[in-house]
Amino acid sequence: MANWFNGFLGKLFSNLFKKRGKLKLGIYGPPNGGKTTLANVICKDWLGEELGTVSNVAHETREIQIKEEVNIKSGGKELTFNIIDTPGIATKIDYEDFMKAGLKEKEAKKRAKEATKGVIDAIKWLDQVDLVLVVLDATQNPYTQVNITMIGNLEARKIPVLLVANKIDLKKSSVKKIEAAFPQYRVVPISAKYGTNMENFYKELFKLAG
Amino acid sequence: MLTISFLPYAEIENLGPYQRIKKILNTVKDKKILILEGRLRREEETELIKVTMEEIDKTFKGIELAVIYPGETVGDTILAKMRVGMLNMLLGDRQGLTIIGPATIVKEIKKDPNNIELLTIDGKASRARPRQGSATKRAKRPSR
Repeated sequence: MANWFNGFLGKLFSNLFKKRGKLKLGIYGPPNGGKTTLANVICKDWLGEELGTVSNVAHETREIQIKEEVNIKSGGKELTFNIIDTPGIATKIDYEDFMKAGLKEKEAKKRAKEATKGVIDAIKWLDQVDLVLVVLDATQNPYTQVNITMIGNLEARKIPVLLVANKIDLKKSSVKKIEAAFPQYRVVPISAKYGTNMENFYKELFKLAG
Repeated sequence: MLTISFLPYAEIENLGPYQRIKKILNTVKDKKILILEGRLRREEETELIKVTMEEIDKTFKGIELAVIYPGETVGDTILAKMRVGMLNMLLGDRQGLTIIGPATIVKEIKKDPNNIELLTIDGKASRARPRQGSATKRAKRPSR
Protein backbone atom coordinates (compact mmCIF):
# COMPACT_ATOMS: atom_id res chain seq x y z
CA MET A 1 0.00 0.00 0.00
CA ALA A 2 2.83 2.35 0.97
CA ASN A 3 4.63 1.49 -2.29
CA TRP A 4 1.50 2.15 -4.29
CA PHE A 5 1.02 5.50 -2.54
CA ASN A 6 4.67 6.49 -3.12
CA GLY A 7 4.35 5.50 -6.78
CA PHE A 8 1.15 7.52 -7.09
CA LEU A 9 2.76 10.60 -5.53
CA GLY A 10 5.84 10.21 -7.74
CA LYS A 11 3.70 9.97 -10.85
CA LEU A 12 1.59 12.95 -9.78
CA PHE A 13 4.64 15.18 -9.25
CA SER A 14 6.25 13.92 -12.44
CA ASN A 15 3.10 14.76 -14.38
CA LEU A 16 2.93 18.20 -12.77
CA PHE A 17 6.46 18.89 -13.97
CA LYS A 18 5.64 17.58 -17.43
CA LYS A 19 2.60 19.86 -17.64
CA ARG A 20 4.80 22.80 -16.74
CA GLY A 21 7.16 21.66 -19.49
CA LYS A 22 10.17 21.36 -17.17
CA LEU A 23 11.76 17.97 -17.48
CA LYS A 24 14.80 16.46 -15.85
CA LEU A 25 16.72 14.92 -18.72
CA GLY A 26 19.39 12.45 -17.60
CA ILE A 27 22.28 11.68 -19.93
CA TYR A 28 23.56 8.19 -19.17
CA GLY A 29 25.85 5.67 -20.79
CA PRO A 30 29.17 3.87 -20.52
CA PRO A 31 32.40 5.90 -20.22
CA ASN A 32 33.70 7.65 -23.35
CA GLY A 33 30.42 7.36 -25.24
CA GLY A 34 30.20 11.12 -25.70
CA LYS A 35 27.67 12.10 -23.02
CA THR A 36 29.33 15.38 -22.12
CA THR A 37 30.03 16.18 -25.77
CA LEU A 38 26.31 15.78 -26.45
CA ALA A 39 25.37 17.82 -23.37
CA ASN A 40 27.76 20.53 -24.56
CA VAL A 41 26.17 20.61 -28.04
CA ILE A 42 22.68 20.92 -26.54
CA CYS A 43 23.76 23.66 -24.12
CA LYS A 44 25.72 25.50 -26.81
CA ASP A 45 22.75 25.31 -29.21
CA TRP A 46 20.22 26.71 -26.72
CA LEU A 47 22.20 28.57 -24.05
CA GLY A 48 25.32 29.56 -25.93
CA GLU A 49 27.60 27.97 -23.34
CA GLU A 50 29.04 24.51 -22.69
CA LEU A 51 28.37 22.27 -19.71
CA GLY A 52 31.62 20.39 -19.03
CA THR A 53 35.04 19.39 -20.25
CA VAL A 54 35.67 16.42 -22.50
CA SER A 55 38.70 14.16 -22.81
CA ASN A 56 39.87 11.00 -24.52
CA VAL A 57 40.75 9.54 -21.12
CA ALA A 58 37.78 7.65 -19.70
CA HIS A 59 35.88 8.99 -16.67
CA GLU A 60 36.57 12.65 -17.45
CA THR A 61 33.14 13.41 -15.97
CA ARG A 62 33.26 12.22 -12.37
CA GLU A 63 30.57 14.40 -10.88
CA ILE A 64 26.96 15.01 -11.84
CA GLN A 65 26.79 18.20 -13.91
CA ILE A 66 23.51 20.04 -14.21
CA LYS A 67 22.39 22.82 -16.48
CA GLU A 68 19.01 24.19 -15.53
CA GLU A 69 16.36 25.94 -17.62
CA VAL A 70 17.48 24.87 -21.07
CA ASN A 71 14.70 25.93 -23.45
CA ILE A 72 14.67 23.80 -26.57
CA LYS A 73 12.49 24.47 -29.60
CA SER A 74 11.57 21.88 -32.19
CA GLY A 75 8.68 21.51 -34.63
CA GLY A 76 6.96 24.69 -33.38
CA LYS A 77 7.01 23.50 -29.75
CA GLU A 78 9.12 24.59 -26.82
CA LEU A 79 10.14 22.60 -23.77
CA THR A 80 12.31 23.44 -20.79
CA PHE A 81 14.79 20.84 -19.61
CA ASN A 82 17.14 20.53 -16.69
CA ILE A 83 20.03 18.66 -18.28
CA ILE A 84 21.80 16.19 -16.01
CA ASP A 85 25.10 14.90 -17.38
CA THR A 86 26.23 11.84 -15.44
CA PRO A 87 29.56 10.01 -15.07
CA GLY A 88 29.94 6.89 -17.20
CA ILE A 89 28.56 3.70 -15.67
CA ALA A 90 31.14 0.92 -15.33
CA THR A 91 31.57 -2.30 -13.37
CA LYS A 92 35.33 -1.93 -12.96
CA ILE A 93 37.72 0.94 -12.42
CA ASP A 94 41.47 0.39 -12.25
CA TYR A 95 43.84 3.31 -11.68
CA GLU A 96 46.46 1.49 -13.76
CA ASP A 97 44.26 2.01 -16.84
CA PHE A 98 44.55 5.76 -16.26
CA MET A 99 48.32 5.42 -15.92
CA LYS A 100 48.38 3.65 -19.29
CA ALA A 101 46.53 6.71 -20.66
CA GLY A 102 49.41 8.90 -19.47
CA LEU A 103 48.41 9.97 -15.96
CA LYS A 104 50.85 9.88 -13.06
CA GLU A 105 50.18 7.32 -10.31
CA LYS A 106 48.91 9.80 -7.72
CA GLU A 107 46.65 11.49 -10.24
CA ALA A 108 45.45 8.13 -11.58
CA LYS A 109 44.52 6.87 -8.10
CA LYS A 110 42.65 10.10 -7.37
CA ARG A 111 40.80 9.84 -10.66
CA ALA A 112 39.87 6.20 -9.96
CA LYS A 113 38.53 7.08 -6.52
CA GLU A 114 36.47 9.95 -7.89
CA ALA A 115 35.25 7.78 -10.78
CA THR A 116 33.88 5.10 -8.42
CA LYS A 117 32.00 7.78 -6.50
CA GLY A 118 30.76 9.18 -9.81
CA VAL A 119 29.24 5.82 -10.82
CA ILE A 120 27.47 5.57 -7.44
CA ASP A 121 26.08 9.10 -7.82
CA ALA A 122 24.93 8.41 -11.38
CA ILE A 123 23.00 5.34 -10.18
CA LYS A 124 21.47 7.29 -7.29
CA TRP A 125 20.30 9.97 -9.73
CA LEU A 126 18.17 7.41 -11.58
CA ASP A 127 15.51 8.15 -8.95
CA GLN A 128 15.42 11.81 -9.96
CA VAL A 129 15.20 11.87 -13.76
CA ASP A 130 12.06 12.08 -15.92
CA LEU A 131 13.61 11.08 -19.26
CA VAL A 132 16.90 9.48 -20.19
CA LEU A 133 19.21 9.63 -23.17
CA VAL A 134 21.47 6.60 -23.23
CA VAL A 135 24.50 7.66 -25.24
CA LEU A 136 26.35 4.79 -26.87
CA ASP A 137 29.54 4.84 -28.87
CA ALA A 138 28.40 3.41 -32.21
CA THR A 139 31.88 2.04 -32.91
CA GLN A 140 31.69 -0.27 -29.87
CA ASN A 141 29.75 -3.46 -29.23
CA PRO A 142 26.44 -2.26 -27.74
CA TYR A 143 25.59 -5.67 -26.31
CA THR A 144 27.42 -5.21 -23.01
CA GLN A 145 25.98 -6.12 -19.66
CA VAL A 146 26.37 -2.55 -18.39
CA ASN A 147 24.17 -1.27 -21.23
CA ILE A 148 21.64 -4.08 -20.78
CA THR A 149 21.49 -3.58 -17.00
CA MET A 150 21.18 0.20 -17.31
CA ILE A 151 18.45 0.07 -19.96
CA GLY A 152 16.63 -2.77 -18.13
CA ASN A 153 16.68 -0.74 -14.93
CA LEU A 154 15.22 2.31 -16.68
CA GLU A 155 12.54 0.09 -18.20
CA ALA A 156 11.69 -1.30 -14.75
CA ARG A 157 11.35 2.27 -13.46
CA LYS A 158 9.16 3.15 -16.46
CA ILE A 159 11.45 6.02 -17.42
CA PRO A 160 11.23 6.87 -21.15
CA VAL A 161 14.52 6.17 -22.93
CA LEU A 162 16.01 7.36 -26.22
CA LEU A 163 19.15 5.63 -27.44
CA VAL A 164 21.69 7.94 -29.01
CA ALA A 165 24.11 6.26 -31.41
CA ASN A 166 27.04 8.66 -31.21
CA LYS A 167 30.25 8.93 -33.25
CA ILE A 168 28.63 8.14 -36.60
CA ASP A 169 31.38 10.23 -38.21
CA LEU A 170 33.72 7.29 -37.58
CA LYS A 171 34.03 4.56 -40.21
CA LYS A 172 33.71 1.73 -37.70
CA SER A 173 30.35 2.99 -36.44
CA SER A 174 27.29 0.80 -36.82
CA VAL A 175 23.87 2.14 -35.88
CA LYS A 176 22.33 -1.15 -37.03
CA LYS A 177 24.14 -3.05 -34.28
CA ILE A 178 22.58 -0.80 -31.65
CA GLU A 179 19.14 -1.14 -33.26
CA ALA A 180 19.55 -4.92 -33.34
CA ALA A 181 20.69 -5.09 -29.70
CA PHE A 182 17.78 -2.99 -28.41
CA PRO A 183 14.97 -3.39 -30.95
CA GLN A 184 12.27 -2.08 -28.60
CA TYR A 185 13.86 1.40 -28.41
CA ARG A 186 14.15 4.31 -30.80
CA VAL A 187 17.72 4.98 -31.86
CA VAL A 188 18.87 8.34 -33.16
CA PRO A 189 22.25 8.46 -34.91
CA ILE A 190 24.39 11.56 -34.34
CA SER A 191 27.91 12.84 -34.25
CA ALA A 192 28.00 15.07 -31.19
CA LYS A 193 31.54 16.11 -32.04
CA TYR A 194 30.46 17.62 -35.37
CA GLY A 195 26.83 18.37 -34.48
CA THR A 196 25.58 15.98 -37.19
CA ASN A 197 21.86 15.11 -37.29
CA MET A 198 21.05 17.25 -34.24
CA GLU A 199 17.81 18.50 -35.80
CA ASN A 200 16.56 14.94 -35.98
CA PHE A 201 17.85 14.35 -32.46
CA TYR A 202 15.71 17.22 -31.11
CA LYS A 203 12.67 15.86 -32.95
CA GLU A 204 13.19 12.47 -31.31
CA LEU A 205 13.72 14.13 -27.93
CA PHE A 206 10.38 15.92 -28.23
CA LYS A 207 8.68 12.64 -29.20
CA LEU A 208 10.18 11.10 -26.06
CA ALA A 209 8.96 13.98 -23.91
CA GLY A 210 5.53 13.30 -25.39
CA MET B 1 44.76 -21.33 -11.13
CA LEU B 2 41.27 -20.35 -12.15
CA THR B 3 38.46 -21.30 -9.77
CA ILE B 4 34.89 -21.45 -10.94
CA SER B 5 32.20 -21.53 -8.30
CA PHE B 6 28.59 -22.51 -8.98
CA LEU B 7 25.82 -20.97 -6.91
CA PRO B 8 22.39 -22.62 -7.17
CA TYR B 9 19.47 -20.20 -7.17
CA ALA B 10 18.05 -21.95 -4.09
CA GLU B 11 20.94 -20.54 -2.06
CA ILE B 12 19.97 -16.94 -2.71
CA GLU B 13 16.23 -17.37 -3.22
CA ASN B 14 15.29 -16.41 0.32
CA LEU B 15 17.92 -13.75 0.83
CA GLY B 16 17.21 -10.02 0.70
CA PRO B 17 18.76 -7.91 -2.09
CA TYR B 18 21.71 -6.70 0.00
CA GLN B 19 22.52 -10.20 1.29
CA ARG B 20 22.39 -11.61 -2.24
CA ILE B 21 24.79 -8.97 -3.49
CA LYS B 22 27.16 -9.46 -0.54
CA LYS B 23 27.16 -13.24 -1.08
CA ILE B 24 28.03 -12.78 -4.75
CA LEU B 25 30.68 -10.15 -4.12
CA ASN B 26 32.31 -12.14 -1.32
CA THR B 27 32.82 -15.04 -3.74
CA VAL B 28 34.16 -12.78 -6.49
CA LYS B 29 36.45 -10.92 -4.08
CA ASP B 30 37.82 -14.32 -3.17
CA LYS B 31 39.15 -14.39 -6.76
CA LYS B 32 36.62 -16.90 -8.02
CA ILE B 33 34.48 -16.76 -11.14
CA LEU B 34 30.92 -17.22 -10.03
CA ILE B 35 28.25 -18.90 -12.11
CA LEU B 36 24.86 -18.18 -10.63
CA GLU B 37 21.86 -20.23 -11.62
CA GLY B 38 19.28 -17.68 -12.75
CA ARG B 39 19.60 -13.96 -12.48
CA LEU B 40 19.26 -11.08 -10.09
CA ARG B 41 16.30 -8.75 -10.33
CA ARG B 42 16.94 -5.75 -12.58
CA GLU B 43 17.18 -3.32 -9.66
CA GLU B 44 19.56 -5.75 -7.92
CA GLU B 45 21.84 -5.79 -10.97
CA THR B 46 22.15 -2.00 -10.72
CA GLU B 47 22.67 -2.26 -6.96
CA LEU B 48 25.41 -4.83 -7.61
CA ILE B 49 27.26 -2.27 -9.74
CA LYS B 50 26.79 0.36 -7.02
CA VAL B 51 28.05 -1.86 -4.20
CA THR B 52 30.95 -3.02 -6.39
CA MET B 53 32.00 0.61 -6.81
CA GLU B 54 31.81 1.12 -3.04
CA GLU B 55 34.09 -1.86 -2.47
CA ILE B 56 36.82 -1.04 -4.98
CA ASP B 57 40.18 -0.78 -3.27
CA LYS B 58 43.87 -1.61 -3.86
CA THR B 59 43.19 -5.29 -4.54
CA PHE B 60 39.61 -5.35 -5.79
CA LYS B 61 39.22 -3.50 -9.10
CA GLY B 62 35.63 -4.36 -9.84
CA ILE B 63 33.79 -7.06 -11.72
CA GLU B 64 32.97 -8.35 -15.16
CA LEU B 65 29.38 -9.42 -15.45
CA ALA B 66 27.15 -11.13 -17.99
CA VAL B 67 23.61 -12.41 -17.79
CA ILE B 68 21.99 -14.73 -20.28
CA TYR B 69 18.35 -15.60 -20.08
CA PRO B 70 15.70 -16.90 -22.46
CA GLY B 71 13.55 -13.76 -22.60
CA GLU B 72 16.47 -11.59 -23.66
CA THR B 73 15.87 -11.76 -27.38
CA VAL B 74 12.37 -13.07 -27.62
CA GLY B 75 11.02 -13.22 -31.14
CA ASP B 76 8.25 -10.98 -32.36
CA THR B 77 5.68 -13.74 -32.66
CA ILE B 78 2.84 -13.93 -30.17
CA LEU B 79 3.64 -17.59 -29.58
CA ALA B 80 7.26 -16.84 -28.64
CA LYS B 81 6.16 -14.08 -26.28
CA MET B 82 3.54 -16.33 -24.70
CA ARG B 83 6.10 -19.08 -24.21
CA VAL B 84 8.52 -16.72 -22.49
CA GLY B 85 5.65 -15.30 -20.43
CA MET B 86 4.76 -18.80 -19.24
CA LEU B 87 8.39 -19.56 -18.38
CA ASN B 88 8.61 -16.30 -16.44
CA MET B 89 5.50 -17.22 -14.49
CA LEU B 90 6.77 -20.67 -13.67
CA LEU B 91 10.48 -20.07 -13.11
CA GLY B 92 10.85 -16.33 -12.51
CA ASP B 93 14.46 -15.31 -11.96
CA ARG B 94 15.58 -18.93 -11.82
CA GLN B 95 15.95 -18.94 -15.61
CA GLY B 96 19.26 -18.35 -17.35
CA LEU B 97 22.75 -17.88 -15.97
CA THR B 98 24.70 -15.03 -14.45
CA ILE B 99 28.46 -15.03 -14.78
CA ILE B 100 30.46 -12.72 -12.54
CA GLY B 101 34.23 -12.58 -12.30
CA PRO B 102 36.77 -10.31 -10.64
CA ALA B 103 38.19 -7.69 -13.01
CA THR B 104 41.71 -8.69 -11.94
CA ILE B 105 41.12 -12.13 -13.51
CA VAL B 106 38.41 -11.64 -16.12
CA LYS B 107 39.41 -9.17 -18.80
CA GLU B 108 36.15 -9.18 -20.70
CA ILE B 109 32.99 -11.16 -21.15
CA LYS B 110 32.04 -10.83 -24.79
CA LYS B 111 28.40 -11.38 -25.33
CA ASP B 112 26.03 -11.40 -28.23
CA PRO B 113 22.45 -12.63 -28.20
CA ASN B 114 23.52 -16.21 -28.89
CA ASN B 115 26.70 -16.89 -27.00
CA ILE B 116 29.02 -15.67 -24.34
CA GLU B 117 32.81 -15.70 -24.34
CA LEU B 118 34.98 -15.11 -21.30
CA LEU B 119 38.47 -13.74 -21.73
CA THR B 120 40.85 -13.97 -18.82
CA ILE B 121 43.50 -11.38 -18.13
CA ASP B 122 46.25 -13.35 -19.90
CA GLY B 123 44.22 -12.89 -23.07
CA LYS B 124 43.34 -16.51 -23.67
CA ALA B 125 39.70 -17.00 -24.49
CA SER B 126 38.22 -20.36 -23.77
CA ARG B 127 36.56 -22.02 -26.70
CA ALA B 128 34.98 -24.77 -24.63
CA ARG B 129 31.27 -25.34 -24.90
CA PRO B 130 29.24 -26.47 -21.89
CA ARG B 131 27.55 -29.32 -23.70
CA GLN B 132 30.96 -30.81 -24.42
CA GLY B 133 31.44 -31.23 -20.68
CA SER B 134 33.80 -28.30 -20.16
CA ALA B 135 33.91 -26.27 -16.98
CA THR B 136 32.19 -23.61 -19.10
CA LYS B 137 34.12 -20.49 -19.73
CA ARG B 138 32.05 -20.09 -22.84
CA ALA B 139 28.38 -20.72 -22.37
CA LYS B 140 25.69 -21.13 -24.97
CA ARG B 141 22.34 -19.47 -24.36
CA PRO B 142 20.04 -21.80 -22.44
CA SER B 143 17.37 -23.23 -24.67
CA ARG B 144 13.88 -21.79 -24.39
